[in-house]
Amino acid sequence: MKVAVAAGLVSTMLAGVSLVSGGANAATKKVNWATVTSAQAGGGMTALVKAAKKEGHVNVITIPLAGWANYGLIMKDFTAKYGIHINDANPNGSSAQEITAIQQDKGRADAPDVVDVGTSYATENMGLWAPYKVATWSLIPAASKDPNGRWFDDYGGYVAIGCDTKIVTTCPTSFADLTNPAYKNEVAINNDPTSASAAFYAVWAASIANGGSYSDIQPGITFFANLNKIGNFVPGGTAATAAAGTTPILIWWDYLQNGVASSVPGWKSVIPSDGTIAAYYTQAITKDAPDPAAARLWEEFLYSSLGQNLFLQGYARPIELPGMIANKTVNQGFLAKLPAAPKGAVTFPTMTQVNTAKATIASNWASAISGS
Amino acid sequence: MASLELGQAIQGEALMDSYSRGNPSARRIKRVRWGRGTALFLAALYFIVPFYAAMQFCLQDVNGHFTLQTFTQIAQAPGFYSALWLSTQLAVATMAIVLILMVPTMIYVHLRMPRFRRVMEVITILPIVIPPIVLIVGVDGVTPLWLKSSQWLLALIYVVLAMPYVYRSLDAGLGAIDLKTLVEAARSLGSGWVSIIWRVLIPNLRSALLSASVLTLALVFGEFTIASLDGWTTIPVWIYLTPTTNPRINTLVAMMALLGTALVLMLIVSFDRKSHLRRS
Amino acid sequence: MSDLITDTSPSPSGVSDENGSKKSRAGALLRFGRTGAPVLPFLAYVSLGLLLPTIAIINLAFRSNAGKLTLANMKVILCTSNNQACLQYRAGFENSLKLALVTSIVPGILGTFVAYAIATSKHELFKRLTAACSGVLAQFGGVNLAFMFIAAFSAVGGVATHWLADIGLNPWNHGFNLYKFWGVAFVYMYFQLPLMILIITPAFAGLKESWREAAEGLGASTWRYWRHVGLPVLAPAVLGSMLLLFGSGFSAYATAEALTAGTIAITPIQIGAILNGNVLSGEANLGYALGFAMIVILLISVIGYALLRRRTSRWLR
Repeated sequence: MKVAVAAGLVSTMLAGVSLVSGGANAATKKVNWATVTSAQAGGGMTALVKAAKKEGHVNVITIPLAGWANYGLIMKDFTAKYGIHINDANPNGSSAQEITAIQQDKGRADAPDVVDVGTSYATENMGLWAPYKVATWSLIPAASKDPNGRWFDDYGGYVAIGCDTKIVTTCPTSFADLTNPAYKNEVAINNDPTSASAAFYAVWAASIANGGSYSDIQPGITFFANLNKIGNFVPGGTAATAAAGTTPILIWWDYLQNGVASSVPGWKSVIPSDGTIAAYYTQAITKDAPDPAAARLWEEFLYSSLGQNLFLQGYARPIELPGMIANKTVNQGFLAKLPAAPKGAVTFPTMTQVNTAKATIASNWASAISGS
Repeated sequence: MASLELGQAIQGEALMDSYSRGNPSARRIKRVRWGRGTALFLAALYFIVPFYAAMQFCLQDVNGHFTLQTFTQIAQAPGFYSALWLSTQLAVATMAIVLILMVPTMIYVHLRMPRFRRVMEVITILPIVIPPIVLIVGVDGVTPLWLKSSQWLLALIYVVLAMPYVYRSLDAGLGAIDLKTLVEAARSLGSGWVSIIWRVLIPNLRSALLSASVLTLALVFGEFTIASLDGWTTIPVWIYLTPTTNPRINTLVAMMALLGTALVLMLIVSFDRKSHLRRS
Repeated sequence: MSDLITDTSPSPSGVSDENGSKKSRAGALLRFGRTGAPVLPFLAYVSLGLLLPTIAIINLAFRSNAGKLTLANMKVILCTSNNQACLQYRAGFENSLKLALVTSIVPGILGTFVAYAIATSKHELFKRLTAACSGVLAQFGGVNLAFMFIAAFSAVGGVATHWLADIGLNPWNHGFNLYKFWGVAFVYMYFQLPLMILIITPAFAGLKESWREAAEGLGASTWRYWRHVGLPVLAPAVLGSMLLLFGSGFSAYATAEALTAGTIAITPIQIGAILNGNVLSGEANLGYALGFAMIVILLISVIGYALLRRRTSRWLR
């Protein structure tokens, strides 16, 4: 009897030890982070952080060093928190170059680990992405992510009209206002809608203000053609031209407008009252990322309330904003500084509508504006 | 030289010479002088005014007062130093490669294959007219992966772009010295080819080599298309794409690039004694 | 006039002229093979750096996104169906060709005059100075030049605009727009004109001063001199140089991009928007096809230049 009890005790202990060591073995079993689809599946956040630190660096691409949705501070905070160095290739490059870089740098240690691109670039290159769902996945609206986790929107904003009050006496508050002859040679969008996303959506917003819709961007083209004819329209607009006074009225993303406001005294921006549109940029992790764990940790950081609030600090609307407001994890101070959003839930055009609009812009814009 | 031979072959030249007596009419000279003066004055105006205006733009602050503060702002602008370093590395590499490639080739062609000069001239014209925006696409299509992601690919492409200017410089330089005599003299004294090139020809080609180098430098510090499409932030890419809120910063860097190469080139030419010996 | 002057001397390099027989051509090839070895590195580099990429583009132009051979891209470029979607590319080509023509003819003619003015000057230092200037200015271009002109001539804040406005001649009030077609042409002149001067100056060496004096001695007026002597001699050189300027103006990308922020509808900009933009994803092969079309146009102009160059060199050898 005593022997049986002792044996029972020993076997339980042994079982317990094996259970514990089995668990430990499972944790130290080699994880191929390139195929991990969530932090949990890889053994939890601690394991992820450990693996990421071991990799030591993460390769991002085309992230401007300053003036874009507070990315400068985001990168600094990430490195400060985890000690992982960030390599930022081609800081001022385009979405197209991000895709090219992935294809070109295949197999190299400096290939991009993650991308931040215009949404269509992500959805048209599904084969390049690794599926991964961040811890706060449920807070991302369904329409803003791939159900399998291949891509997910990160931050965005509304088309807004910015204005230099030093030069312009009464600032326009709507697209209709822009046709005022007082604004001769003053109104600009961010360069060309066939190559700059902000300009493309500016035309779309103008379309919505003039009877168009998500299915029809043509009224926007006609609007700017008219603006050009009456002499109000100036071709290229950037933070630099706003600062120089060349484009005292600039239609741009609201979060970038606020960046301009911080360096141009007297710069105000407002979401147009007669029509606007919101667009978000998209994150994805590359399938052959040289630093898969660090890449995933970077995404976890961006989608944590800390990261999302940092975007908010840059006046951009983080994708999880509604959820964060509900959870009360949003930074109220930053939230208060955002320009007033249009009423109602934010809606987006579908990918089909975006493609149709792009095709229309590509074929009709140049002849409407008539560069010659 | 060659033009003299042609001149003598022209029938009737002697006859025509006998008809040319005295000077052209004084009135024609005066008309020509006025016409020439106006043409040159207007041309000078077109070239100087924008340059001067742009320099003034860069060196004044928002209120229009002269200031040198823009220079300090450049030093603090994000990414400037890495762009400068990249452009400098590329310039040095391009200069080295293009000179090593072209100098021996052109010396040989001038000596042994003078008819090939015409072929070379047409070939070296091609980079001027093949759009860099198209070239970079083609290059990406054929370059092996290990080279495609390297910044040195830019230097290799720039060599092709620099060829027209280097060819013209070296061609003029080689045409101005008495190549055959120099080489024959050196050979008769027992020099090997490397020694001839290095110790005899290069010192005589100094100004041609210098201007070829400076033109290459100007090219690298001005080339935007290929660098931006290949995703590298060189100085011109930095100037155009970097979002500084003070456009004077970007413009001043652009002006410095223009002014720098202009000054160096002018210096080379004005200190070059031999260039006026070239047939004019 | 030119038939009065026949070149009866053998060309200095001792090789037969255009009427060479097959035998001499084969002989020439053999001779090249023997003596041509040292130029092989140069030829190899040019093949790898120019020829190979060009072949790659031609290949890519005829492939779809999936990689299959197709004529679809060409159909869009040539816009045979005339539907709205492809008219933009035709408009792009029209604007590009217009721009190239304007910035080759105008600087071509002006440049000839200026170059003549320089070439006939008696001051050596002046000649050297202007030669150096032309060399330098022909290098200006791209982003740097665009920023210079924006700083000088932008509507608000342009320094030269202010000067002109002070004397009541603000160009912007008279229809000038730096960021549209004529503004771009205006900026292109800055490097096209010196390029013309640079290229055409050697041709004046073939126009002998003694012919001028002889013509005068025979009683010809200035106009008749130019009509019968000067222009026929210079014409091939001028035309050839203009072709070169055409190529340069047609293929320029950076200047237009930086000046107009990519808003002018010319072919290089359109290629840039497709291959390097943030909006038009998934159309890369169309971009390659546009590039191929550009190469074809430029090849024609280079061949024209080479042919005219042959004629010009008659006076210069």
